[in-house]
Amino acid sequence: MALLEVDDLTVQFYTEDGVVRAVDGFSYEIERGETFAIVGESGAGKSVASLSLLRLIERPGEIVDGEIRFRGRDVLGFSQDELRQFRGNDAAIAFQNPEAMLDPVYTVGEQIVETMRAHDIATGEAARDRAISLLERVDIADPESAYTDYPHELSGGMAQRAVIATALSCDPDLLILDEPTTGLDVTIQAQLLETLTDLAETFDTAIQLVTHDLGVVADCCDRALVMYAGRAVERAPVEELFYDPSHPYTAGLLASIPRIGDGRDRLPAVPGSPPDLVQVPTGCRFHPRCPYAEDVCATRDPKLVELETGNPVPDGRRPDHASACHEHTGNLEGGLDYEVRIVDDRGNDSTDSSGQDGAVSDGLDGAESDGQTDDETAPDDPETGGDHGERSR
Amino acid sequence: MSIVRYTLRRALTSVPVLIGATALTFGLVHLAPGDPIDVLVGFDHVDPATRASLRAEYNLDRPLWQQYLLWVRDVATLEFGESPITGRDVGPTVAGRLPHTIALGVSAWLLSLAIGIPAGIVAAVDDGGPADEVSRIGALVGIATPNFWLGLVLLFVFGVQLGWVRVTPPDAPLASLEMAWFMVLPTITLATALAAVVTRLMRSSMRRELEREYVRGARARGLRERTVLLKHALRNSLTAVVTVAGLQIALLLDGAVVVEQVFSWPGMGQLLVESISRRDFPVVQAVVLLIAVATIVANLLVDLAYAVIDPRIRHDR
Ligand code: SF4
Repeated sequence: MALLEVDDLTVQFYTEDGVVRAVDGFSYEIERGETFAIVGESGAGKSVASLSLLRLIERPGEIVDGEIRFRGRDVLGFSQDELRQFRGNDAAIAFQNPEAMLDPVYTVGEQIVETMRAHDIATGEAARDRAISLLERVDIADPESAYTDYPHELSGGMAQRAVIATALSCDPDLLILDEPTTGLDVTIQAQLLETLTDLAETFDTAIQLVTHDLGVVADCCDRALVMYAGRAVERAPVEELFYDPSHPYTAGLLASIPRIGDGRDRLPAVPGSPPDLVQVPTGCRFHPRCPYAEDVCATRDPKLVELETGNPVPDGRRPDHASACHEHTGNLEGGLDYEVRIVDDRGNDSTDSSGQDGAVSDGLDGAESDGQTDDETAPDDPETGGDHGERSR
Repeated sequence: MSIVRYTLRRALTSVPVLIGATALTFGLVHLAPGDPIDVLVGFDHVDPATRASLRAEYNLDRPLWQQYLLWVRDVATLEFGESPITGRDVGPTVAGRLPHTIALGVSAWLLSLAIGIPAGIVAAVDDGGPADEVSRIGALVGIATPNFWLGLVLLFVFGVQLGWVRVTPPDAPLASLEMAWFMVLPTITLATALAAVVTRLMRSSMRRELEREYVRGARARGLRERTVLLKHALRNSLTAVVTVAGLQIALLLDGAVVVEQVFSWPGMGQLLVESISRRDFPVVQAVVLLIAVATIVANLLVDLAYAVIDPRIRHDR
């Protein structure tokens, strides 16, 4: 039994323009101690997917279908009290905007202690000591003073760390991080990611990391799910996702990764913008933007299928690599003909056409660990995600 | 910035306001048409000798700015002179009425907060539900009811018809059970409109806070709903209510003018009305000045309350 099982989760928002399905039939699992990424452009429904796990969706939004099981327990069936005890204690979340997540009129320390008290973790002096040591664990330089600071007195990076410390205060089994690196400058981003990887190991906490940045995914995640217009379009171990992207949208995202330290934003390699969720495109939701789209794409909705067998992925079961594109059920005539070009740190190129597995020879492990150390020492060096993201068609 | 420095700074900004208020109050006598002496003696006929001696006594023979400074000096030492109408010292006259007004004002103020804040919270949490509707209608009625009418109706029903309370204040010390019992009706009369305003304000500011991210954040941390509402959302909502509650202190004095008449309550409001109709200007001056000072002090307290409630205020300035 996985730590977290999400089956067919569907979340709707009732807006003036109509009903928006921000998350539509989402299924995935997270194992104990695993770092799982949900990747997509903004507006794809990533934050909604995260908030749903703690049932934090508020009017006019609503979880209309699906199941969420945490250690086998039915989260959607929790009573108010069970839910309260689940939140923060079993699963904790750090919002996208960390400063806004904390109450401006109480100090950081007060709020960490309050969280621990709500879950009977610690009180009084013990709680204070624990809070300060947590602040230290997330690499806040002066934890004693951060403890007495109000949220507005912290910089963006410090606030993010303080929120993560708060989230860790009750030893959750699952930590949900919503865009933890957004709005931080690259050096701080790299430091924060390092802290996170560290924490995940020492606390043995599973992490669901929500991001639009594949560079972040490459740096610290085990598996990833790519989200497009409320749907899961590809789900794979991170290495496979980078070396062998099997959905055109994933390939497009990979091509648009800015290198850390690159400074300039690259033009998005996926032309166009995400669809209006009130009127989602028929068939494959990606077809208006997909360079490989054929007639069948506009009429038939591709199911998420296991790449090896081409069989649909039953809810809650974890295949190694699944993708939702007609290519993988043999319904696409032309096929996907992008190439994956991998540049290693020595600048050697190798080219790989999609659907084959030749790329792994390039030494992923070496490149990954190099990438991590490069982040803080020499931000100008090519970064793992960026390397793997080089794409040519 | 420390709270002490913040306080001093706020207090300093009150000084110009205080100067303005004293100047206006002082000007009352001089703005009124005719010779200030006529005003002072209530336009009675007086012989020239008395006129001259009064002129000297009230420093009216000096330039205006000197008169003002002299008056400020007197006032600062609580020396209000004597009333030319009643011949009594103004200071003690006003001071004798003050406790009654304060007692009525403070109890009405507390009652309005005690009703308005919880009612506003309930309405905000119930957003759109029956409790919200009831409080909305209640507040509307409360605001729309003129206090003199409410006072008369209460007095008629509970005093005349049911005979539960006296129609006029008992002959008892202010701090007595009889007095407290008598004060129930005037307190309700005075508190009704204010409670209605506080309810609506509390509701809207609480609603706004409940939409904010930190509330969702507090729930995400697994805090009890009571803690989320009463510790987090409430404290943030209070700034708006504190402003109004502070300013209402001045409005309460206004309201007291009417309510004290209805209930024959021997407070400042009644004194003010009596003095105006008697053209007893020194007394009017003293009462008006007192109201002005009370308002300024209330504002200062509001600013201080802000700083206590919200750390960003004491840090940002
Ligand atoms: S199904 Fe068609 S439109 Fe959708 S990703 Fe595959 S090729 Fe593109």
